[in-house]
Amino acid sequence: MNDKVYMVSNPPTPNKVVEFNPDICNGCNLCVEVCPTDVMMPNPEKKKPPIVLYAEECWYCGGCVEECPRPGAITMLHPTSQRISVNWKRKDTGEYFRLGMKDPPPSNTRPPSG
Amino acid sequence: MATWHEYIQKEGTLPEWPYPIGYGKVNEVTADVLIIGGGVAGCHVAISAANNGAKTVVAERGMAKRSGAGGAGVDHWHGACTNPCSKVTPEMYTRAVFDSAHGYTSIPVRYISTREGWDTLLDCEKMGVRIRDVEDEFKGADFRDEETKLMFAYDYKNRHVIRVWGYNIKTCLYNQMKRLGVAVYNRIVITSLLTEGGRQGTKVVGATGVNTRSGEFYVFRSKATIIATGGVGRLWSFAPELTASGTMGDLNSAGVGQAVGWKAGAEFVLMEQTGPGWMYGFGYAPYSMANASNTYHGTPIVDAEGKEVPWVDFKGRQLETVEERFLPSAGQKFQLGIGIGLYYYLKEYVLNELTPDLPKRILEGEFKLPLYADLTRLPEPERRAIFGMMVGNEGKTRIPIYDTFTKAGFDPDKDMLQAPVMLPEAYRVSNFWSGMSPPYLRGLAGGGLLVDWDLKTSLEGLYAAGGSSLFGGGCHGESHTTGRYAGRKAAAYARMAPEPVVDRQQIEAEKAIAYEPLKQSKDGIGWKELNYAIARVMQDYCGQYKNELTLNLGLRLLKELRETEGAKAFASNPHELGRLLECFSLITVGEMTMNASLVRKASSLYLDFYRLDYPELDPPQWQKLLPIKLEDDRVKVGELPFDHHLKPPYAPTYEENYQLHCGL
Repeated sequence: MNDKVYMVSNPPTPNKVVEFNPDICNGCNLCVEVCPTDVMMPNPEKKKPPIVLYAEECWYCGGCVEECPRPGAITMLHPTSQRISVNWKRKDTGEYFRLGMKDPPPSNTRPPSG
Repeated sequence: MATWHEYIQKEGTLPEWPYPIGYGKVNEVTADVLIIGGGVAGCHVAISAANNGAKTVVAERGMAKRSGAGGAGVDHWHGACTNPCSKVTPEMYTRAVFDSAHGYTSIPVRYISTREGWDTLLDCEKMGVRIRDVEDEFKGADFRDEETKLMFAYDYKNRHVIRVWGYNIKTCLYNQMKRLGVAVYNRIVITSLLTEGGRQGTKVVGATGVNTRSGEFYVFRSKATIIATGGVGRLWSFAPELTASGTMGDLNSAGVGQAVGWKAGAEFVLMEQTGPGWMYGFGYAPYSMANASNTYHGTPIVDAEGKEVPWVDFKGRQLETVEERFLPSAGQKFQLGIGIGLYYYLKEYVLNELTPDLPKRILEGEFKLPLYADLTRLPEPERRAIFGMMVGNEGKTRIPIYDTFTKAGFDPDKDMLQAPVMLPEAYRVSNFWSGMSPPYLRGLAGGGLLVDWDLKTSLEGLYAAGGSSLFGGGCHGESHTTGRYAGRKAAAYARMAPEPVVDRQQIEAEKAIAYEPLKQSKDGIGWKELNYAIARVMQDYCGQYKNELTLNLGLRLLKELRETEGAKAFASNPHELGRLLECFSLITVGEMTMNASLVRKASSLYLDFYRLDYPELDPPQWQKLLPIKLEDDRVKVGELPFDHHLKPPYAPTYEENYQLHCGL
């Protein structure tokens, strides 16, 4: 709250599209290299996570996550409007869940086929 | 640190452009075969051309390892008619598509796609794409052949659509292309085709483009050139934010291939056909919501109280068992899948579907919203094939859906995925995640470059391949297959062709045009505002209903945009320059669409095309193709019967023409 305040434009919608874990990401920029629409730019500081510059151009293919050699360094996030839309109901208990909820259920660890 | 906003508020300074700028620097590249567009079609052209000995160059807008509409993966492959289990021949399939389209499709493109589709898939298998259940995970399932271990989709009796584990298909193609020594130039927005003497309608000898990281100019000289670009998604459906999140095509889909082909004088056909467009960012993430279509075909849909929505066959008869959903009914020859570039299907080839009176039954209270996909009602192999195999391999599903959902705890063995809550009428189409598009959002639907049995366009030296820029193109598999064929033909042509001679004046003129946006005042409009204005003109003046006057007014406004706001729009860096140059392609494709719409003076049910001034539906005298092209910058209209590819100078049957031209 005591940070210096700047004149900046509104954050775009969406503003994030991917999230980096700075403890895992080593700034190799492979994700930057494969992104079809140049959503991310290399960080001016070497070995740091890229900067999301053109978030609204992301089409959410997940290629950056697939390309990443360090699992957990990058996570894809759908726009909030799309995450709030993804809801499911557990058949036997009737519980409601949604993508991005506060206390999510345990992960389903089954990998995809093949 | 993740976003630009976070960076500048933390650092207090603007980061400089991270790549060296080289505005005006010219790079010259020579090739036997130049491919414009490095999506699945373009990469397959490259592999095929290189295998046939050509020095091959790809100019790609994104980065060829993962870009393109098909670059994010594929879960089923249509038209694999020559696979050992198929009961459908290429002749039968092509006839079914031709009849369903009521003639409005390309016979060579459809026949080549089904005649070589399986061989192309086998090539993909050799490159590392899994197409068989080698681990026997699905042993004994209805949709599996025990001998070949192939798995089928939609129509389990006729077995011409193959389920594939194609999440990595683009990286496999990319690696193969690199192994063969293909030179790939990424981040290039193509700005023109170079022609002999710089004149419209002459031989194509190369192309120009701009790199969207460095701003450098590229001149490609080539003996043969192939347009393998994608669709034109941004033409009608554009909102300045949340742009491509709900689509199966990214923002690079800007009609660049169509625009440069048109300006060079190539002939196009059926550009007047449009269909309902995507919702773009206002929609849902593809495959993220309950539905019963395409990848989710056969999924049980239940209401809020667990009551199941019935499935019906082509005659509206209720299907009692899950097995029947995947089989043709008596009276049907076989079923065609969806997503193959067809707007209209004949009943005898249509898939089983959720009962079409669902909207009425929701209104009457029989089914209570929200609806759910209850995959637990399926046998385990079918459930796993849909969520785990297909969702997990289809484009934009491995990370965005499968990984994201399972990490968040979703379990198809226990959970019911909710459908979007929409107006009742939106449940008429079982692809619920696509939501209900506003009716003014349209998209091109099947028109493109007119090609012959060599997949050559009307211009010497210019070929076409792919799903969107090629007339008659359809799905992912067809893009690979036409690419493989066109690459072979272009390489053969290049072997006989003389060294390409480019026109220096044409290059200088194109270079000047390309850099105009950098010279404009920075207090003007940017590419997004221009793009949105173009989309508005298309939405209003080239929607589902049109007349002579609205189309002519639309043409006038597009010209206005190009010469007034467009001429003053600015670009701050090479990225914005690329997007702005694409906007000029959008204007050109908009003009092509309106011109094509003007020459069809009749309405058509099969084209979803309605002229308010010519309301009669499909009058016989208008049941024909109306190819258009530019000659001395004026639109010239031709006329072709639907079966022109089976009339002299061509042979009378599909197979004879194929044998005469395939080059094998």
